[in-house]
Amino acid sequence: MLSKRLIACLDVREGKLAKSVRFVDTQDIGDPVEKAREYYADGLDELVFYDITASSDKRRILLEFVEAVAAEVFIPLSVGGGVRSVSDATDLRLAGAEKINVNSAAVQRPDLISECAHAIGAQNVVLSMDVLRVPVSDATPSGYEIVINGGRTRMGVDALAWAQRGEELGAGELVVNSIDADGTREGYELNLTRLIADAVRIPVIASGGAGVPEHLHAVLTEGHADAALVASMVHFGDYTCSGLKRYLHAQGVKMRMRW
Amino acid sequence: MARSVIVDYDAGNLRSVQRACREVGLDAVISSDPQVVARAERVIFPGVGQAGSAMVTLRRTGLDVALRHAIDAGTPMLGICLGLQISLERSEEGDTACLGLMPGRVRRFALDDPRLKVPHMGWNEVRVVQPHPVLDGIEAGDEFYFVHAYYPDPATTAAVLAVADYEREFCCALGLGNYVGVQFHTEKSGRVGLDLIARFAAWDGRFQPPQETAC
Repeated sequence: MLSKRLIACLDVREGKLAKSVRFVDTQDIGDPVEKAREYYADGLDELVFYDITASSDKRRILLEFVEAVAAEVFIPLSVGGGVRSVSDATDLRLAGAEKINVNSAAVQRPDLISECAHAIGAQNVVLSMDVLRVPVSDATPSGYEIVINGGRTRMGVDALAWAQRGEELGAGELVVNSIDADGTREGYELNLTRLIADAVRIPVIASGGAGVPEHLHAVLTEGHADAALVASMVHFGDYTCSGLKRYLHAQGVKMRMRW
Repeated sequence: MARSVIVDYDAGNLRSVQRACREVGLDAVISSDPQVVARAERVIFPGVGQAGSAMVTLRRTGLDVALRHAIDAGTPMLGICLGLQISLERSEEGDTACLGLMPGRVRRFALDDPRLKVPHMGWNEVRVVQPHPVLDGIEAGDEFYFVHAYYPDPATTAAVLAVADYEREFCCALGLGNYVGVQFHTEKSGRVGLDLIARFAAWDGRFQPPQETAC
């Protein structure tokens, strides 16, 4: 059977690894290529590279990073940040990204998902969604709303409906990122993750809030996630990829234990 | 001069395969030229995408004939993912007639458990069921990275080299003569995947299933 995946997210800002707390006050914490190399050697299953500046003048920097990482890191590499068109996606693929993450631009123009799926294969298109907990309303019956632009703009779109729409449009995988939990280290939003994982037939990657290994265990079991995304936990040296995987394995979660 | 060639037929990103080859010291060129493929010292036939459109491209470019020449000439060939699938005779994906470099068919996963997702995507254990020089060194518990909705079903079980489990066992590596194919993305499978490419780079292209040599 498939193993659950441990995925590390590297947020890159102007060439430096950054980590946000609730999407504000980012701080630089090192060289992303070095971190990628370290995690790969330590058993990481997949790497996500996110350019949080993602403005057009910075795209060259992102592509160079992807190339540098892809030359040394032989696990699936997923890249996102500012993907607005099929040509953005194919540029990143040529640079060495396996999967392309779309986020804000897809909310504004959902056809971007189907266009990318057609161009690079549905399995390579990851719909990354930033989700805010809100009161239940007609517009947001699930009690979760889609936000964009790094959490700054509320879209009035229900998160559950958007996940299902994304699957229909051809997304091969979902990243469900809780804005409420992001950077808090208090645990993933289990309710949100399970709600979405149970409603789609594509893999769900839980994101936002991991602080201790027990949080990963909870989201991969009770949360029904296929993969757990970590950032702060490993970036600041509190935990290692291999240590997290050993813990999960010991708890009975199927993990890839040889690398 | 004959060299190692990665077959380019507009089916996915070949540079990740090239990078993995380079990492293990195999200098492979990416080429869509049938002459280059037909005369290659060894051939890597990767690919992702759809069987039907891949076959259209292969026929239009003459690469189908070139691949057949390479197989008949005894050139060591490694099929990966879609490259492996279209090396067989027929695929259920769009009911497509394929290259027929290897006897067998390609089937879609038909799973009973509705919670199991198709495509089968992620890391899964590969279990070697028949020794082969290219797979020699894969140990119990070694996992490789898969992304696929269809799997190979060779005509003879003697060609099945390795299996993986997704509700039920399926063939994930097969080989006959100078051809070896893997369903997983060995170029994205970390050290164990790179080791497989390194062994392919050193392989002379000779393999006979023991069942056939026994009598």
